[in-house]
Amino acid sequence: MHPRLRPILDSFQGKPEELIPILQRVQGAFGYLPAEVLADVSRFARVPESSVYGVATFYDQFRFTPIGRRHILVCRGTSCHVRGAADVLRAIEDHLGIKEGQTTPDLAYSLETAPCLGACARSPCMMVNRKVEAGVTPASVRALLRKANGHGAEPR
Amino acid sequence: MVRNLDELRRRARQQWDAMARSAAPRILVGTATCGRAVGALETLQAIEDHTRQEGIECTIVEVGCLGLCYAEPVVSIVRPPWPMICYGRITPEVARALVDRVVRDGDPASPWALGSVGEGRVEGIPSLFETPVFRGQVRRTLGNCGFLDPGQIDHYLAQEGYRGLERALHMAPDEVLDEVRRSGLRGKGGAGFPTWRKWKFARDAPGAPKYVICNASEGDPGVYHNKLLLESDPHRVLEGMLIAGYAVGAEEGYIYCPARSWLALRRLRAALRQMERCGLLGEKILGASFDFHIKIKEGAGSYVCGEETALIECLEGKRGMPRLRPPFPPVTGLWARSTVVNNVETLAAVALILHHGASWFADVGTENNRGTKVLCLSGNVERGGVIEVPLGTPLRHLVEAIGGGPPGGKRLKAVQCGGPGGGCLPPSCLDTPADHDSLLPLGASLGSGGVVVLDETVCLVDLAHNTAEFACRESCGQCVPCRLGTRQVLEISRDIVEGRGKPADLDLLVDLAEGIRLGSLCAHGQTALKPLLSALGHFRDEFEAHVREARCPAGVCSLESCPSRQSEPSWAT
Repeated sequence: MHPRLRPILDSFQGKPEELIPILQRVQGAFGYLPAEVLADVSRFARVPESSVYGVATFYDQFRFTPIGRRHILVCRGTSCHVRGAADVLRAIEDHLGIKEGQTTPDLAYSLETAPCLGACARSPCMMVNRKVEAGVTPASVRALLRKANGHGAEPR
Repeated sequence: MVRNLDELRRRARQQWDAMARSAAPRILVGTATCGRAVGALETLQAIEDHTRQEGIECTIVEVGCLGLCYAEPVVSIVRPPWPMICYGRITPEVARALVDRVVRDGDPASPWALGSVGEGRVEGIPSLFETPVFRGQVRRTLGNCGFLDPGQIDHYLAQEGYRGLERALHMAPDEVLDEVRRSGLRGKGGAGFPTWRKWKFARDAPGAPKYVICNASEGDPGVYHNKLLLESDPHRVLEGMLIAGYAVGAEEGYIYCPARSWLALRRLRAALRQMERCGLLGEKILGASFDFHIKIKEGAGSYVCGEETALIECLEGKRGMPRLRPPFPPVTGLWARSTVVNNVETLAAVALILHHGASWFADVGTENNRGTKVLCLSGNVERGGVIEVPLGTPLRHLVEAIGGGPPGGKRLKAVQCGGPGGGCLPPSCLDTPADHDSLLPLGASLGSGGVVVLDETVCLVDLAHNTAEFACRESCGQCVPCRLGTRQVLEISRDIVEGRGKPADLDLLVDLAEGIRLGSLCAHGQTALKPLLSALGHFRDEFEAHVREARCPAGVCSLESCPSRQSEPSWAT
């Protein structure tokens, strides 16, 4: 068993309904769900490995590949859409040289979209790691990306 | 014998009064998600640093959100003898100047003021609740939001918090149920099902344990007030949960909140710890024969999990796919036990009903739509934010009086009500009352409370395409008509916005949408194409222009064969 998996599993009882919280903790520790630990998760939670994959592929939160240090989510909600979210997404894609759903080769950035980030009155908005940025424009996101340059802004 | 929280509340009240009477100025900074998204934490930091450096004596409090999202970051200052004055758009630079002027120099800085709250007037500053954005609002559920520290149970207690629970515990569970029945409360999550009836099914269901689930999933694009409530006044929702548990005979509660709403989760965890300390969780709550425990479950990102049976599947550790109903959750829910699933706003309303009484709650609203509804106003609107109005308030009041209409003098084109399960209405429908029933015949709905204003720059075909993308992306995949049908709708709508549409496509879309509606198990498939259908119904001309003339009247879609797109427009150079 992976040495970092043991302490995670120790805080659970090994019941099938714990599968999602376990996967959340695993992803929190590893940044993604490494295939080599899922077999152990399956045995521990007494859930067939196929079901572990079934659950892990069902929810947006889970991923099977490492994620960039800065995870950008661009909102695709109605309010954001009518106020230029597509232009913002395109500006980020052009700036980082990746498309929606991709990660830069140096693992600095991952770029995804979300159905709604919940700051609709100040649209368009996006989320970088845990921080929502509202009222963004193509110019402001380019400035933000230049300024950030790989350093994560930790929320309070 | 049921104990009251008198002693705790008396101390909380004393502290609150001491703070209110104190001669030292108090600065309140709104730091909910909406504020943070436009720099409220930077503003807070600037105020903290500046007052320390300049030796300005004051108390700084982090509060939730007033709902004035358009004016965030919002800072309120209490400087006796003036009432509280709320200021808008306070960037760090403005914050320093504001503190100097108001706190140090005793100048109310009226140009930045949004309005005053409380007794007394300050010259040049209107009363906040008499400004256009508040006129016609009835702030009940949102009553505490933006005025108290959501991290302190004492603040909630000082505002008569947990009075509803105390009153409920003095009543028999059936009396509590009856109180909620007489209030006319209908579920705020979208379906508008009478809350008491859901509770009655659960109360009458045999077996134990029973469960109460607080649904904080909130996935509808354009809706975020449940998150705001949890971030700004979590105890109100938790109080409602306890009352629900008592009424239906449940001992265990779950809060299902998306992991991404981390601030709401943080507030909830802190609130639960405080409740435990005050004897509001666990065995024999307030001395009554009522035990209740609350656990938090973090959602992993699935829109369909907002549907109650999908949510239950998720809590059981499975893929969040809706169950076949009946049986409904109050009969067979979590682990096949009787389960009540209530939305955040509904539970907050329950706390208010038990505190103030059913007739107080029912004195606003219309015949079958009693009480208020919290709505999120966004899109092309001057004053977007979170508001609370009596059910039945005309859409026109929301969009024009409160919201101030589209910015920049643009023409209003449509209003999308009810999120992805709602619909797009033209300005001719603006006099429709916003309630659970009146919008349905027009092809829209109140849904969970999203009101997105659309001006003339919006192409409704393009918006319908965005809707189709959402419908397809969020289909859980269980029902074939929804899984495959939404994909087909998406591809047809993409053809139309990219200039490959054919006139026959419009009827095909209607046919497909009808098939998906009939062949789907949950509200997602049944309503996800309503925005598209209502746009097609009310704005058919715009669709026809795309498929017959390859023309986008709003100039949004890049139709390949569109002649007007072949030369660069003058403003682009």
